[in-house]
Amino acid sequence: MDAGVSFEDRMATVEFTIAPDAHIVVDGDSCRGCTTKACISACPAGLFVPTSDGGVLFNYEQCFECGTCYMVCNVAGAITWNYPLGGHGVSFHRS
Amino acid sequence: MSDIKGPPPLNESQRSLGYVVPNTRSLQSEHDGASCDVAVVGAGPAGSAAALVLARDGWSVCLLERGSYPGSKNMYGGVIYPRVLDGLLPNWREDMPVQRWVTRRATMVMTETQSLTLDYRTSAWGSPPYNGATSFRPELDRWLAGKAVEAGAVLVEATTATGLLRDPSSGAICGVRTDRPDGDLRARIVIACDGVNSFLAKEAGLYKNLDPSNYTLGIKEVLSLPSKTIEDRFGLSPGQGADFEILGCTGGIPGGGFLYTNLDSLAVGVVVRLPELAASARRPEELVTELKAHPGIAPLVRDGELIEYSAHLIPEGGLDMMPELVCDGLLVAGDAAAMCLAAGIWLEGVNFAIGSGAAAGEAASQALASGSSNARALAGYRDRLESNFVLADHRKLRRAPHLVLSKRMQLSYPQLMCNLMEGVFTVENPSPKPGLTKLVLREAKRSGVSLTELLSDAWTAFRTFG
Repeated sequence: MDAGVSFEDRMATVEFTIAPDAHIVVDGDSCRGCTTKACISACPAGLFVPTSDGGVLFNYEQCFECGTCYMVCNVAGAITWNYPLGGHGVSFHRS
Repeated sequence: MSDIKGPPPLNESQRSLGYVVPNTRSLQSEHDGASCDVAVVGAGPAGSAAALVLARDGWSVCLLERGSYPGSKNMYGGVIYPRVLDGLLPNWREDMPVQRWVTRRATMVMTETQSLTLDYRTSAWGSPPYNGATSFRPELDRWLAGKAVEAGAVLVEATTATGLLRDPSSGAICGVRTDRPDGDLRARIVIACDGVNSFLAKEAGLYKNLDPSNYTLGIKEVLSLPSKTIEDRFGLSPGQGADFEILGCTGGIPGGGFLYTNLDSLAVGVVVRLPELAASARRPEELVTELKAHPGIAPLVRDGELIEYSAHLIPEGGLDMMPELVCDGLLVAGDAAAMCLAAGIWLEGVNFAIGSGAAAGEAASQALASGSSNARALAGYRDRLESNFVLADHRKLRRAPHLVLSKRMQLSYPQLMCNLMEGVFTVENPSPKPGLTKLVLREAKRSGVSLTELLSDAWTAFRTFG
């Protein structure tokens, strides 16, 4: 349908300056009890990945810093969200 | 803060420029220990407008930007209505970065296979005073921040405000913490223009509750195409642009789609409400893929090469979701104050950010002149917003976001309107043409809309937009 444009192709068009530390911290214990795990499908950068033990693995490096994950999260405190260190993270050019 | 990771400490020239801003009119700040009169957080359109107003009034302003340049973190659909700048920057037409002037405004409703378009064109919008323009935010925001700097504001980039400083005795906000080593920035007033997630407004307790249904996610692809191809496909003259707003293209998730023409690229994407996006378990980029494949859109975007994918949250709840706008020492403007207008046929944000930012700057200037920065001294901010378009439009269109995102508006009406058109224009000889009333009743029934609902929605629409 979308000839040749994979999700990886999409993400490869975005510039990221990776910060030394994660600006988002996911509490794996909280996630194991979560039945919806909405962050996995809703994150536009696809940064949340389910693990075999029912938890959630998170990569902060290609984050759009949009806030979708903590807004759709239904477990209080599971996702701790901040902005990355100044000058790091995503940089848009044609947005 | 003494951690060596991250940006280096400010050097002497930055420190003298950025953190101890040269005083012009504000010797007072020396006495109360502030580094500058006003710290504006976020060099988007709201922050730069506030900084511009304050710097012109002679106050020392530090404009903080967490990105490496203004606009680097910002994304929107693609159209700005810049006449809001007439008062602030009367010569904006000379150098504002513009991709194309919108002269074609199309509103589309669609089902999976059908589409119906209300297509308005006017050459008037292609010449001064102009109306809407497509523009890239990194260019636009950089330009506006540059105007604030020209007026005397000090822009400090690559610096994240990490929290509020409060006066230990009064509790009033008196600056921000930053992620620079020794990065506390003391100011007599803080203006939070830190965007849709505004951690500063939340920390100050200005948001009473955070309802995800007030937020949408915008997902966009920018597709490269030659200018000439764009002009041929969209029927445009050089310099002119098209703006398509689309309803019924989001797979039943409340929201909408858009397609805009830049100079040599297209911006195509969808905006979807968060709770329903989450419940659908759909991937956001798949919704864009489907829109691009729609028979009404595919010929327009064909062969466009993806050059940037992006996403951003939008505060779409309007007046009902707005936080308190001031407290002692703090004002909130732009998306941080949910000033974005998402009222169906009107989708505007940058002009509301500029309007609210400028009003915040004016109110802060007035408060500084009066020698106070408590909530009462800053109350002029709300008065200014009420008397200009910002809150007047939001008040008038208060019901619009709910109406536009309702199920009937999202699914039933696009279906009904498309089927009605198909019924009107399908020639079924040897059968004679059906009467229009019969068609309307038949299609309303097929779409599951009752006459009562139709009349009720018409009345709501009249009250909302009338």
